[in-house]
Amino acid sequence: MTHTQKRIITNNIVMTLSTLSAIVGIGFLLWILSILVINGIDALSTTIFLNEGAPPGNESGGLKHALIGQLLLVSYASLFGVPLGILAGTYLSEYGQKSKLAETIRDISDIMMSAPSIVIGAFVYAIVVAPTGQFSGWAGSIALMIIMLPIILRTTDDMLHLVPSTLREAAFALGAPKYKVIIQVVYRGAKAGILTGVLLGVARVAGETAPLLFTSFNDNFLNTDMSQPMASLTVTMYNYATSPYEDWQKLGWAAAFILSMFILTLNILGRLFLLKKRGKN
Amino acid sequence: MSNMIDKIFANATKFIALGVLLIVAWIFTVLFEHSLESIKAFGFSFLTEDKWAPNLEKFGALPAIYGSVVSTFLAMLLAVPVAIGVAIFLSEIAHAKIKMPVGVSIELLAAIPSVVYGMWGLFYFVPIIRDIFGGIGISMLTAGIVLSIMILPFMAAVTRDAMNTTPDILKESAYALGATKWDVVKDIIIPYAKAGIIGSFILALGRAIGETMAVTFVMGNVHNISIDLTQPATSIPVTLANEFAEADSELYYSSLFELSLLLLVISFTIISIAKFYFLRRKRIGQ
Repeated sequence: MTHTQKRIITNNIVMTLSTLSAIVGIGFLLWILSILVINGIDALSTTIFLNEGAPPGNESGGLKHALIGQLLLVSYASLFGVPLGILAGTYLSEYGQKSKLAETIRDISDIMMSAPSIVIGAFVYAIVVAPTGQFSGWAGSIALMIIMLPIILRTTDDMLHLVPSTLREAAFALGAPKYKVIIQVVYRGAKAGILTGVLLGVARVAGETAPLLFTSFNDNFLNTDMSQPMASLTVTMYNYATSPYEDWQKLGWAAAFILSMFILTLNILGRLFLLKKRGKN
Repeated sequence: MSNMIDKIFANATKFIALGVLLIVAWIFTVLFEHSLESIKAFGFSFLTEDKWAPNLEKFGALPAIYGSVVSTFLAMLLAVPVAIGVAIFLSEIAHAKIKMPVGVSIELLAAIPSVVYGMWGLFYFVPIIRDIFGGIGISMLTAGIVLSIMILPFMAAVTRDAMNTTPDILKESAYALGATKWDVVKDIIIPYAKAGIIGSFILALGRAIGETMAVTFVMGNVHNISIDLTQPATSIPVTLANEFAEADSELYYSSLFELSLLLLVISFTIISIAKFYFLRRKRIGQ
């Protein structure tokens, strides 16, 4: 066998293996997705959206409490996390730029983005739950906010950086003060990018479970009081799925389906915004 | 007037940005403070003691550390070759028409919450492991495999991105010299993207070690050290997820906080190595 033949054979083997691994990997993932869709659609019904939790064995149980709880937890986290993240990102891109401080904040944020979220839960437990003596919606929202902050900060930083400096210079030349340049020119130019960052940040925290286990805890009934333990789709999913009751497990799949669809939609929307922006440039 | 608003705006943004650093410092301080009791009570033996018995007030982290290390190692062992395969497929083999949809679906799968992977693992994967390997199906092995599937999309997407940074002209020159695809991958792409690929693997390792929900469902939370992978086990995040809300004594709490601190330090170290040695990222647009 010549050297060339050997190379061609090796090549064919490796390329076949690569294709196979792609098929295996994608196969597994398709398996998970199809199970999610099949079980989810099977479990979906109007009662799910209209009813609160019910004891097992009682077919009338729903997810209304978890849906509303999830919405509250994520909304409050975003209400604080998004503006704070955008402002901090603004500092990095417009003021700090390549200063030592800005670079340090960037590095630490990158690390925080990948840090285990359950540790954030432990932290919030120590600073909120333990002193107040109570699991609460607020504690859950604070945990989610801390997770969201570095994500929004880094995407804002990157997106503002993409705004051409000539735009800023033109505005400065007209005599605009810096804050006006940032708010009226830079933010406007980076709108799609910032929105993408926000959507991805919200999508990311919406799927968080671990930090909620001991901050917002859970509740099987509807509660809109943020100072009380609060249900979330993720923790409900965890509790229902690990319960021995079939009707609860079914509700768990419904929760998994609703949550996954919500997160996928946010991700796809984020991508579309970015694509639209690229199309314009 | 606008001068003053300018100053206020600049300082406000700076203050908030500094807040991020403060929060991180605060997290370390709080976890450390709450671990003090356990640190005083057990000292270094916390890391080497293999008994975790809340009723006897004995807390040793070794089973959890062992479980974290072994399950993560298993996950990496399974996911690394597949991720490289998928990345090669996406960057060199796949036709342009399927490259886009497959690539995007892999990225989207990385966004599916890990609690969903855990639930799938419990209902559909545990029975398979039980049938093939015996035992109850809830085991270290199951946890390792579910974890590998969970980190696969992330690893594949980042590895592909790293591979895609190879300039086309380098690849084309190699092809022009008669190189096969594998020659190009092995001699051009991998050397060129090496730092990025290793960095992404280490980053995935960091994620896997802190991953909670995907493994909490299928690992069992049994504080045992067993060579037999089909036995139930525990890991640091699994212990935290299962026991944090139930801890009923000061020392128990403190031990759990020490576990959290340990996990944070481990993942901070791993992620920092990935970031600073391998992934000195260039900002997009530069």
